Amino acid sequence: METNVINDEQVEILLSDLLEQYGYDFTGYSRASLKRRIVRLYGLDKALSFAEFRYKINNDHTYFKRFVEQITVNVTEMFRDPVFFKTLREEVLPKLGTYPFIRIWLAGCSTGEEAYSISIILKELNLLHKSLIYATDLNPTVLEKAAQSMFAMSQMKQYSENYILSGGKKDFSSYYTANYSLAKFNEDLKSKIIFSTHNLVSDYSFNEFQLILCRNVLIYFDRELQFKVLNLFDESLEELGYLALGTKETINFSQIAGKYKRLQTEKIWRKVE
Amino acid sequence: MEKCDAFIIGGSAGSLEVLLKVLPRINSEITFPIIIVIHRKHGSDSLLAELLSGRTSLPVKEVDEKEQILPGTIYIAPSDYHLLIEQDHTFSLDYSEKVNYSRPSIDVTFQTAAEVYKANLVCLLLSGSNSDGVSGLKSVKLWGGVAAIQNPETAQVSYMPAQAMLHVKIDQILNIEEIGGFLNLLS
Repeated sequence: METNVINDEQVEILLSDLLEQYGYDFTGYSRASLKRRIVRLYGLDKALSFAEFRYKINNDHTYFKRFVEQITVNVTEMFRDPVFFKTLREEVLPKLGTYPFIRIWLAGCSTGEEAYSISIILKELNLLHKSLIYATDLNPTVLEKAAQSMFAMSQMKQYSENYILSGGKKDFSSYYTANYSLAKFNEDLKSKIIFSTHNLVSDYSFNEFQLILCRNVLIYFDRELQFKVLNLFDESLEELGYLALGTKETINFSQIAGKYKRLQTEKIWRKVE
Repeated sequence: MEKCDAFIIGGSAGSLEVLLKVLPRINSEITFPIIIVIHRKHGSDSLLAELLSGRTSLPVKEVDEKEQILPGTIYIAPSDYHLLIEQDHTFSLDYSEKVNYSRPSIDVTFQTAAEVYKANLVCLLLSGSNSDGVSGLKSVKLWGGVAAIQNPETAQVSYMPAQAMLHVKIDQILNIEEIGGFLNLLS
């Protein structure tokens, strides 16, 4: 990949265009990753010049949607980091299971693999009927894909291994029907998931939850934006609720850190005051 | 080179043995950070940091995201994330698609570092069986930095440094026992 086709100033120009034209604020995103994504798309779409690229983003709404979809990272897996899901299964969700109703927010859900993973665990713990998973993302396109509950068949071997490592005891293939190259997940898994757009940068708290999961999203934000989003989670989390982040993410250094207690080795914190 | 601001080492199959030999020879007074990106299985992080810190008196740590990059420290890219360098000399992590079937990808770290450290960067590519790191070294050259490789003849798997030699104008071809001395002289 040629990295010098777009310079840092041009990146800033595009970001201010997005903000002015569409109200999408990417200015708090870490630049190295964002620039790499933009350069990648520029090459992928064989843009002829920066001017042409910029014009298309600003004037062609379909292309703008593609731009946003491509510069954000939408790579995800089912039961990624199985040990994390094991902790959810064995510790967090059984505690929440004593409540009459469980509200979960999965922020930055991308194409939905984690939403279905959580749904499977809830079902096995016999808690799905009294749970609701709000799975949100800023990208309408990935949410449409998530709502189809279809994932590549080629991934199922890996997902099945992850599922077993996360403490799953069933035959993983009982959760989907193979349809050529796609695995269509059972309808009941989707019945308690609400897919909806929400932009962590600009949208507000919309409910109170007992569990908020936001894994590998904060890594794309600068510190300032990370703190802002952590405050948003804090506002949206009930007392004694849980906040789960990605393996390399932390609430340390943020304002909310003092109110939370971390669970052993996983990146899960409980709101204790 | 006027001044080295960062020394980055990329490696794949056969590179760990090299690191274990090189680390003990590194002067504890070095004035720049050493950043190590090696391909390995997901989930073996703390082991690698432990293994390497046994071979040097310099602090060895696995990178935390948004961490400030400090001189005299050896940083290790966490498994299963790309490691990027920001203009303000902090690290950031990225879970995007694999590059050259790899995450972390050596290319990604070399490329982002090249734009930050420009002429004050040295990147060294070790033994390995794929071509990750080659276009990264091209970027390093493009921005005026120094591209170095392990002598393919001394590499357990010569493909990676040999590919680099084929496609990039390499500044330094080093035998294993020369790497430490080369690095120490940059301080």
